[in-house]
Amino acid sequence: MGSAPRSGRAAVAAQRRARAAEVWREFAATRSGLVGLVLLAAVFAVALLAPVLVPLETLDVTRLTAASNEPPSAAHLLGTDPSGRDVLGMLVWGARVSLLVGFAATAVSMVIGTLVGMAAGHFTGLTQAVIMRVVDFFLVVPSLVLAIVLSSVLSRGLWTIVIAIGVTSWASTARVVRSQTLSIEARPYIERARALGGGDGHILGRHVLPAVLPLVLANTTLTVGSAVIAESTLSFLGLGDPTQFSWGSMLKSALDTGAATAGFWWFVLPPGLAIVVVVLCFTLVGRALESVLNPTLRGR
Amino acid sequence: MSVTETAAALEEERPRGSTLPRYLALKGGGALVSLAMVVVLGFFSFRVLPGDPAINMTRGRRVSAEEVERLRAEMGLDDPLPLQFLSYLGDLFRGDLGVSYVYRREVTELIAERLAPTLLLTGTAALISVVLGLWLGQKSAWRRGSLFDKTQTGLALVFWSVPTFWLGLILLLVFAGGLGWFPTGGMVTPGTDPTGLARVLDVAHHLVLPVLTMVAVVYAQYLMVMRASVLEEMTSDYLTTARAKGLREDLVRTRHAVPNALLPTVTLIFLTIGGLVGGAVTVETVFSWPGLGYLTFQGLSAPDLPLLQGTFVVFSSIVIVMNFVAELVYRVLDPRLKAS
Repeated sequence: MGSAPRSGRAAVAAQRRARAAEVWREFAATRSGLVGLVLLAAVFAVALLAPVLVPLETLDVTRLTAASNEPPSAAHLLGTDPSGRDVLGMLVWGARVSLLVGFAATAVSMVIGTLVGMAAGHFTGLTQAVIMRVVDFFLVVPSLVLAIVLSSVLSRGLWTIVIAIGVTSWASTARVVRSQTLSIEARPYIERARALGGGDGHILGRHVLPAVLPLVLANTTLTVGSAVIAESTLSFLGLGDPTQFSWGSMLKSALDTGAATAGFWWFVLPPGLAIVVVVLCFTLVGRALESVLNPTLRGR
Repeated sequence: MSVTETAAALEEERPRGSTLPRYLALKGGGALVSLAMVVVLGFFSFRVLPGDPAINMTRGRRVSAEEVERLRAEMGLDDPLPLQFLSYLGDLFRGDLGVSYVYRREVTELIAERLAPTLLLTGTAALISVVLGLWLGQKSAWRRGSLFDKTQTGLALVFWSVPTFWLGLILLLVFAGGLGWFPTGGMVTPGTDPTGLARVLDVAHHLVLPVLTMVAVVYAQYLMVMRASVLEEMTSDYLTTARAKGLREDLVRTRHAVPNALLPTVTLIFLTIGGLVGGAVTVETVFSWPGLGYLTFQGLSAPDLPLLQGTFVVFSSIVIVMNFVAELVYRVLDPRLKAS
C-alpha cells in the first residue's frame, strides 16, 4: 500500500519531466523564441546589476558636473538629459521598473484571469451569468482609461501602477481560460472524479487547473509585453512613481522639455527602443511557447 | 495574440438562430448592464476610493478648516453614501457631470467641445488602419511563407511592440522638429482663424502626424487577425470547388475566401475601439490635439476629479455603444444568424 502510490507519483513526475524536456526542445527549435529569450536574459542581468553598473550617486542632480542636454560623448555615451543626468545610466535603472511592474502586474492579471475564467467555466446558471457579465465589461471598457482613473485616485507609487494594470488587463485571460475549462470539464475523467465524490474545489484544483496552466503560461509572456507598454504609458502621462527612473517618465520629461522638437534624439530614441526590444522579446517568446503548447497553431 | 483568442471565444458563444427581438433584448440588456457598471464604477472610484474629495480639491493650496467644511457641505459629502449615490445618479441623468476644478466650467460643456476633434482623429485613423490592415492581412495569408508575408508579419509585430506615444515623439523629432514639414501640435495654426477650404487644409495638415502615429500602432492587429482568419478558410472545400469551376486564383481569393474571412474580423474591429480610445489619450497628449484624450491628460496634473470622472464615463459609454452596434452589424452580415 505504501509504495504503490509513491511509485505512481514518481512515474507521473518522470512523465512531467519528459514532457517539459520535450517542450524545451521544441521551443529551442524555434529560432525567434530563442533569440527573444537570450535578449531578455541580458536585460534581466543589466536590471539586476544596475546598482553596480551605475551607482545611484552618479544620477544625483545635486552632484552633477555635466551640462544639460549634452550630445553623446565618451563620458556620456548617450548624452545627458535636461537636468544633466547620464541618459545611459537612467536607461539601466529604468529596466528595473519596467521588468518589475511588467511581471508583478502580469501576476495580478493572471491570478484574477485564471480564477475568474475557471469559475466562469465551472459554475452554471446565475453565478456564471453574473461572472460573464463582469468579464464582458472588463473586456470592453477601455483599459487604459480605467487604469488612468485608478492610478490617479490612488496614491502615486509603483504598486498603484501594478494594481491599475493588473486589475484592468485580466479579462482576455479569463475568456481563454473559460473556454479551456469548458472543454476539459466535458471530458470523461471529470465525470469520473465527480462520480467518486469530488467537489468543486477538488475538480477545479486537481484537474482543471493543471490542464489550463500551460495555456496561462503562454498567455503570461504575451501579457508581460503589454504590461510593460502600459507601465511606460502611465509613467509617460505622469502617473508613475516620481522617485524612480522609468523609461516612460524619461519620455515624459522629453516631451515636457520639448526635446523632440529641439532635436535631442539621444534623449528620445533610447528609452523607446528599450521598450520596443523588451516587448518584442516577450512577444517572440510568447508566440514560440504558444505554438509549442498549442499544436493547431503550427505552420501559421 | 490575445485579440484573436478573444474573437474566437466570442465566436463560439454567439447564440445561433435566435429571433431578432430576443437577440436585441439580450445584447441591449448586456450593454445596459455594462453602462450601469460604468456609472457605479465612476461613483466608486471618484467618491469612495480617493478619500476626501474636499481635501483632494484643495490639495496644494492653503485653506482654512472652515473653508473645507463649507466645501464639504456644498458637495454633499456629509450625506450618507447611498444618498450621495442617488444625487450623483440624478445629476448624471440630467447630463450634469459637475464643475471642473481647473477650468471652473461645466464638465459636460468641456467634453462637448472636445468630442469632435477626438472623433475626427480616431475616426480617420481607424478607417485607414482597417483598410490597410485587412488588405495586407489577406494578401499575407494568401502568400503564406513568402517574403511579402514574412516582412508584413514582422513589421506588424514590431509596430505592435511600439508604445504609441514614443512613435509620436519620433515623428515629431523627424518631421516637425528636424524637417519642419508638419506643425508640432494643435489643430489649427495658433493666432490664425482660417475659414472654409483654408481651414480644412490647415486642420488636415495638423492631422497628418497624429493619424500616422495611430495607424502605425493599430493596423498591425487587423493585419494579424485578417491573416489568421483567411488562413482558417484556406483549406475549406468551397475554395476547391471554386478552383474546380476554373476561377482565377485572384477571384477565388476576393470573391470566396475574403468575404468569409471578413466576418469574424468585423466584431474584432469594434472590440478594438477601446484600444483606439487609449491610443487617443497618448497621441493627443504628444501632439496637444485638443480632444478628449488631451483633456484627460490635462485633468491628471491637478488631479481634476470631476473632469476625469466625466471623460471616463463618456469614453466608456462610447465604447460600450460601439460594441452594441458591432453585435447588430454582425447579425446583419452573417445570414446564418438570421431567424430561420
